[in-house]
Amino acid sequence: MNGEVDFTSPFLKKFFIKRGAMDPKNQGLENELVIKMRHIEKRFPGVLANDNVDFNLIKGEIHALLGENGAGKSTLMNILAGLYKADKGSIFVEGKRVSFNSPKDAIAAGIGMVHQHFMLVPSQTVTENILLGLNEPRFIMNLSDYDKKIVELGEKFGLPVDPKAKIWQLSVGEQQRVEILKMLYRGANVLILDEPTAVLAPVEIDILFNTLRNMVSLGKSVIFISHKLHEVQSIADRLTVLRKGKITAEGVEAAGKSRADLAKLMVGRDVIFNFEKEAHNPGKTILEVKDLHCFNDKGLKALNGVSLEVCSGEIVGLAGVAGNGQRELADALTGLRKCEQGSVVIHGDETTNKSAKTSIKKGVSHIPEDRTHVGTAPNLSVTDNVIMKSYNNKPISNGWVLNTVEAEKNARELKEAYEIVVPSIDTPVRLLSGGNLQRVILAREISAAPSLMIAMQPTRGLDVGAIEGVQRLILAQKKTGAGILLISEELEELIALSDRIYVMYEGEIMGQVTNGDIDAIGLMMTGTRMEEIQEAGVTHE
Amino acid sequence: MDILIILQAGVASGTVLLFATVGGIFNERSGIMNLGLEGMMLFGAMSAFSVTVSTGNPWLGVLVAMLAAGLLSQIHAFITIQLQADQVVSGLALTFLGTGISLVLGEGLSKAGVVSLLPAFSVPLLSHIPIIGRIFFTNQSILVYVGYLIVPLSWYYINRTRPGLHLRAVGEYPAAADALGINVYRLRYFYVFVGGLFAGLSGATISLAISPGWFSELTTAGQGWIAIGLIIFSQWNPVRAAFGAYVFGALRRLILDIQGPALIFGLANPFYYNPYYGFFLQMLPYAFTIIVLVLGSKEAVKKRLGAPAALGTPYIRGQRGL
Repeated sequence: MNGEVDFTSPFLKKFFIKRGAMDPKNQGLENELVIKMRHIEKRFPGVLANDNVDFNLIKGEIHALLGENGAGKSTLMNILAGLYKADKGSIFVEGKRVSFNSPKDAIAAGIGMVHQHFMLVPSQTVTENILLGLNEPRFIMNLSDYDKKIVELGEKFGLPVDPKAKIWQLSVGEQQRVEILKMLYRGANVLILDEPTAVLAPVEIDILFNTLRNMVSLGKSVIFISHKLHEVQSIADRLTVLRKGKITAEGVEAAGKSRADLAKLMVGRDVIFNFEKEAHNPGKTILEVKDLHCFNDKGLKALNGVSLEVCSGEIVGLAGVAGNGQRELADALTGLRKCEQGSVVIHGDETTNKSAKTSIKKGVSHIPEDRTHVGTAPNLSVTDNVIMKSYNNKPISNGWVLNTVEAEKNARELKEAYEIVVPSIDTPVRLLSGGNLQRVILAREISAAPSLMIAMQPTRGLDVGAIEGVQRLILAQKKTGAGILLISEELEELIALSDRIYVMYEGEIMGQVTNGDIDAIGLMMTGTRMEEIQEAGVTHE
Repeated sequence: MDILIILQAGVASGTVLLFATVGGIFNERSGIMNLGLEGMMLFGAMSAFSVTVSTGNPWLGVLVAMLAAGLLSQIHAFITIQLQADQVVSGLALTFLGTGISLVLGEGLSKAGVVSLLPAFSVPLLSHIPIIGRIFFTNQSILVYVGYLIVPLSWYYINRTRPGLHLRAVGEYPAAADALGINVYRLRYFYVFVGGLFAGLSGATISLAISPGWFSELTTAGQGWIAIGLIIFSQWNPVRAAFGAYVFGALRRLILDIQGPALIFGLANPFYYNPYYGFFLQMLPYAFTIIVLVLGSKEAVKKRLGAPAALGTPYIRGQRGL
């Protein structure tokens, strides 16, 4: 069926007959629908963000809206929340046709949206933020009564907050609670959450999910926008999937859908979650780091005697909690940061404290953590960004004159080869989505045929399909005999791809594992040395 | 040289800075920076004086001055809010425009002679308080007393009322305000207008009360720029603004008076014997303004001072961040 929903399947038939949707005379389902969106179309310059999209929300359900970045989920919901106006189509709230000119209209109709970037004024208190834009109090802000009201509302829905706290003093999870309360205070019956878990720690996610279940049991309805499959599986009653602005599944029951099914609906093809790992067959040493010391941007010690090596034809993982010196190490290896002590040897030549150009000449490619500022020049075109390493070589340039014809040819080839989705190669890269931006960087770095690749967080923030694509490219590099240092915070990814994994803690290497022993990695990430783990293991036996 | 007289006159001339600064605070709290303060003040001063000369009614002069400067401010509002142009450039242009119009329309006004000024009086009971009564409540222009009221009122308005909450939200995080149905553009227009009204009042204070008359661009003599420095110095708080304005008013007065006596505290007065030292003193307030502006334009300093987070950035709906 190639990702389309099969409405003839007995399972769905049963569902819709039960709800009465198949029979137009039976208004059972219609009456239960809080939100009905029909034939919504929204066009932005160059993109059709929503193409004839239908959406139904049943009272009292948690409805997941699934799709890759740029699939049009947020656009659809921004239309429902009154932030955008649809070019075509109609919206019904509890059966009545509505037209929203601003978020205020949507809120008045009982629809509240919690945005991915919180819409909270940091310097104001919780109560002030919740009251913002309301007609109460009339003029003078006597807040103590409102403080009490907000605490009561929070208790009812399981959203404890301190009404007098300033927003900037709150954790991200608490800020999210304020956002939800803001909508509940305005009498929202339908709550739209735009990727609410993206900013939360695992514990906070559990708390949020409990709150959402609680709210639904109190008669509210929730739309949950996400691209994280396991979350959708654990929280949603039904789901709607969007791909490239079109519906690929509409209001199907979440139960009984496997992760692979969902991924296929989102991406339009099968997604591989587990790669076949090639045998670990390292060649000669490419990178050798000995006792490296350096400082971070604040002038504090970031690397404290790091030693490691990467051989050709292997992927070496580097695990660690963010901020333990990984970024500084990547900078030092690629010539972007001065080292105080120690040495970096690439292909037998010392490159310590040499320029970035030296490392490029040595065949080092760098996929930096910061895609928008280190990895690319945001205002330059795709063409300019992909020639940033080869601009000095023939045929792209002839000494000092750029050959724009060749440069554009090169860019077009790379665009095809790396499936960069972009209106034109002259588009400034700041307009690209995260996945496409990463492909631009990969295209530049891999086309330089590197012998050593330093990749830092290459898949962070990308969606399922894009992650798979990036991981494939990295694995392909290993096959060509390059050595890869993969720095990541995603343990799952590290274990799936790496042949060996070093663990870094406070600027030191705690040890390495070769068998993907996740417990040992976890212990080392919190500061236990490999030797200590082994000793403990020995004494216990 | 009587210290009390200097302070008394300082409060009076500080009132000019006070109005301009408080107006600027409203303006900037909404997220729009207006460097056209000097131009609007001069336009206000000229309008006030001109209307008073022809009608003989200084109150009408004050009213027209406020409306005139308010209208002038709407040019800046249109350019920065509607057209989303750079606020610094537009503000500077507004100063040139305001100054130019004032000089053209004010041609010949300096020979207008004596006009009826705003009344000055002492407050019956308060003026008998020792020292304070003498400085603040004796023989001051009515606008000085208005200034005393404006300070707590604006503080209360900004920090304790619903419209004040909206004002702060629009200047801190317009996207949040917009998402809740607050009309960001309308509020910004309104507060730029309020800034203009105050600048006009400030100009009228000069030409009809503090140093009456029309002296071309020397009427304001760059006090608009000092007010812009004071806005940053006050950390966008009207109470601190009042403190700064009166201190600067007193300093201006002191700098004038210190060149008078031959002896200070029994010592030879260097400013009396060497007029060049006097020029140096006169430069100090402007030097201070430049220093404050340079420091205040640093992102980190701005944050620490508590500048409205969206100050200087146009609001475009649907754009990420601010």
